[in-house]
Amino acid sequence: MSEKKGFTPEKTTLLFINNDSEPLFSKKNRALLTDPMDDNNPITVQVLGICSALAITVQLKPAIVMSLSVMAVMGASNVIISLLRNLIPNRIRIIVQLVVVAAMVILVDQILRAYAYDVSKELSIFIGLIITNCIVMGRLEAFALGNGVWKSFLDGIGNAAGYGFILIVVAFFRELLGSGKLFGFQVIPDFIYDMGYVNNGLMLLSPMALITVGIYIWIQRSRNRKLIEKN
Amino acid sequence: MEGYLNLFVKSIFIENMIFAYFLGMCSYLAVSKTVKTAVGLGFAVIFVLSITVPINFLLDTYLLRPGALQWLDASYAEIDLSFLSFIMFIAVIASMVQLVEMIVEKFAPALYGALGIFLPLIAVNCAILGGSLFMQQKDFSGVTESAVYGFGSGIGWLLAILAIAAIREKIIYSNVPAPLRGLGITFIITGLMALGFMSFMGIKL
Repeated sequence: MSEKKGFTPEKTTLLFINNDSEPLFSKKNRALLTDPMDDNNPITVQVLGICSALAITVQLKPAIVMSLSVMAVMGASNVIISLLRNLIPNRIRIIVQLVVVAAMVILVDQILRAYAYDVSKELSIFIGLIITNCIVMGRLEAFALGNGVWKSFLDGIGNAAGYGFILIVVAFFRELLGSGKLFGFQVIPDFIYDMGYVNNGLMLLSPMALITVGIYIWIQRSRNRKLIEKN
Repeated sequence: MEGYLNLFVKSIFIENMIFAYFLGMCSYLAVSKTVKTAVGLGFAVIFVLSITVPINFLLDTYLLRPGALQWLDASYAEIDLSFLSFIMFIAVIASMVQLVEMIVEKFAPALYGALGIFLPLIAVNCAILGGSLFMQQKDFSGVTESAVYGFGSGIGWLLAILAIAAIREKIIYSNVPAPLRGLGITFIITGLMALGFMSFMGIKL
């Protein structure tokens, strides 16, 4: 990761795209990374990228792999689109964005198949669906098309981290309550089962993902009251 | 014939795009505030799904899957282009959406008025790409079967968005706890609806 961070600003100055002499981690740039964690979370506030967030959160491991894949795709495609942003004709920008994102997703998919085949089987079509994951397209449209390379990179990583955070929270509770395990290892000790505790199988079913996210939104907005919607 | 009917019912109720796989949730949540717009988007999804799934089926059968190029020359039997399927499918979807938009604008201005703003949105709707990717996994025997599957999934999606839009129009008048208003309660209602739809899983077809 640190290599990549060192690499991007060099490139920006080389290409004279980012001429302002802002420090790399100025307050504004840090906000790009931290805002998506809470105030501007892609899932619970911007309502982007819900599909995959719900479908793959039965266990922690696929959720983490998915968050890392989304982070790689978003970082890379934000940088590429930001580099190309002055060259893309406005009318065909959606197709250009889709092609760039699809190329990145193919890379990630092939890497996963080579090095983590069982997880890749588990994620099945949801790796492919990163292409149409609204987070990626939404951030490309809203941010990378109008901002410099370094900022777009931070925005991509920040939003992917906010997305991954929700995925991990939801997967943690679903795996813990649904099967009494974390990362596939049993964490609820046997004597509790002997006392009559039973895993809540309902948590493993897909509807509970929606309800878990709903409850998360409830808690988040009770703490952070400026996010409450009007009607 | 019976097989098609089974597939049709299955793709609407048992394998409902939204309640079983959560595909197309983004537009489902964003466009479900009123019934009118929800129906517009629903019909656009049906339209595009029933066109792109068969086209992608042909593409998959004759170009992409391992050994698909055999019809050209026997020596191509070893070639496996399936790693290209994401980019091919999304290119077909994006260009079909553009094409459909232009055709509808030219020949059916009234329909364009109703669907117009939704068509570009559809290119990035996960339900459309998801339909094609599921089609690839299901090994359909022919184009008709894949068209039936696309059409049925579209109808399932319309049903889901229509139901949630109707509920959301009414829920404005209820006293929902403030932090749950809007997005939160929509998630929980969708979860409950999905629980209801799980009862269809018992149906053997």
